[in-house]
Amino acid sequence: MSVINGVDMSVTLAGMTMKNPIVVASGTFGFGREYGQFYDLSELGGICCKGLTLHPREGNPPPRIAETPMGILNSVGLQNPGVDRFIAEELPELRKHDVRVICNISGNTPEEYGVMCEKLADAGVDMIEVNVSCPNVKCGGLQYGTVPELTAEVTECAKRHAGQVPVIIKLSPNVTDITLIAKAVEDAGADGVSLINTLRGMRIDVNTRRPILKMNTGGLSGPAVLPVAVRMVWEVAQTVHIPILGMGGVAKGEDAAQMLLAGATAVAVGTACFADPYAPLRTRDELAALCAAQGLTSVTQLTGAVQPW
Amino acid sequence: MPIQRICKLLTTEELAPGIISQTLEAGGMAEQARPGQFVNLSCGAGLLLRRPISICDVEGETLRIAFQVKGEGTRYLAALRPGDEVDVLGPLGHGWEYPKNGKILVVGGGIGVPPMLYTAKQARHGAVAAVGFRTAALEILTEDFEAAGCPVRIASDDGTVGYHGFVNALVTRELEADKSISCVMACGPKPMLKSVYLAAKEQGVPCQVSMEERMGCGIGACLVCACSVGGHNRHVCKDGPVFRAEEVDWA
Repeated sequence: MSVINGVDMSVTLAGMTMKNPIVVASGTFGFGREYGQFYDLSELGGICCKGLTLHPREGNPPPRIAETPMGILNSVGLQNPGVDRFIAEELPELRKHDVRVICNISGNTPEEYGVMCEKLADAGVDMIEVNVSCPNVKCGGLQYGTVPELTAEVTECAKRHAGQVPVIIKLSPNVTDITLIAKAVEDAGADGVSLINTLRGMRIDVNTRRPILKMNTGGLSGPAVLPVAVRMVWEVAQTVHIPILGMGGVAKGEDAAQMLLAGATAVAVGTACFADPYAPLRTRDELAALCAAQGLTSVTQLTGAVQPW
Repeated sequence: MPIQRICKLLTTEELAPGIISQTLEAGGMAEQARPGQFVNLSCGAGLLLRRPISICDVEGETLRIAFQVKGEGTRYLAALRPGDEVDVLGPLGHGWEYPKNGKILVVGGGIGVPPMLYTAKQARHGAVAAVGFRTAALEILTEDFEAAGCPVRIASDDGTVGYHGFVNALVTRELEADKSISCVMACGPKPMLKSVYLAAKEQGVPCQVSMEERMGCGIGACLVCACSVGGHNRHVCKDGPVFRAEEVDWA
């Protein structure tokens, strides 16, 4: 099933082979059960699971979503059942499908990341995506992902406990220079990076003068962020040698192709799923058609092939 | 199982200022629809999020919806004309649980009235409706309830039609007068739902409520439409919109 329109769609991301480069982004797809009602999850290259924490979390009070021009803001706040219940209840369901399972994790301390990596590696997940956009309790709420040294520390801890399972670090775009963080995690031994996480934003109801989100601010995603994401993937690709999982506003084949040309090896579709449950499959097929139209035999020929002025 | 389908708009009509009723050619989606469920409608390429609209009625393969024009999305839907196509995801959510015996009292407030029509029609042992509006000009669907053989009690906030006051007073009155009612089902603004729940509780009658929250995916994957039930965050789109009133954290 890896050949579509005569194009070999298979890719290898940080040692993990996938039948196609389309992944669904963490937080937009739950653990797959809901979208599994619409199509066979084996059609996807990989599923990036809803962000996990060591202990269950209830998340933030609602409203947790606001619509913005070609985007949405969310403030779910990492609601999840905890890593143990994921392994007991969700992973066996996911394993019924021929799809790569990528687990997104968040911790309050480097040690928590380590414990989660150990549990997930023992459970046999295919890849771990480390979310470094959560506040570091030890450092007074500073986000790990905004300080190279802290991000490196989390990376080392995750790698030490993940055994043979590849570890990629999900980078925050809310930084002055994303390449500094990317370089730090590469030096710390990361197997790859994924980017971008959401951009912080805010929307205000002018009549009530209240922010729409109960948390006042939230993370922006959707087509509005695509050009920011493509630019950051391009910058990171020129800085590090580890592979990139590109994401941020991808909703169609052309968007995915831009990500690959900028330097990504695989691409995640996220917010687009809300508008169209079939968006990841449509993106995959449009990408294959685009490759075929350009006479390519393998989708990997797009990676990094941008010709900058 | 929910499906995604391009539906043809059959009819559109303004029931009251800013309140639109539409029928859609919905194929198998209509057959699957249960009272209390909703559909999630695409509102054009410029808006990313679908709009969740409750199912007002079902006839054969036709789905009826009714909604209030509140923002860009509902303005888009209101402008659709017969023959236009609309991308619909549904039916979604967990609807009402009908009692084995006894009549049901369906309660609606304002734009919470439409889903109660199909709810009343599907009652096996009869239904009575108690509906509340801000003012007489905003009264909707009462003739439809009557045409379906469901007696209607009306309240209005300003006394321009029916009982002068809130709908919870009608609930108390009806439950006191008719002991064959075994369940109250209510949809409307949260303060109304709470007052209806308390009125039902006082009469010892179980109550179910249909909750509302801003939604993302509409199918339970994105977790944005959180609602605190039994001390935990449940999700309006998948676990609801109907919840048992005594389990909802009303604070």
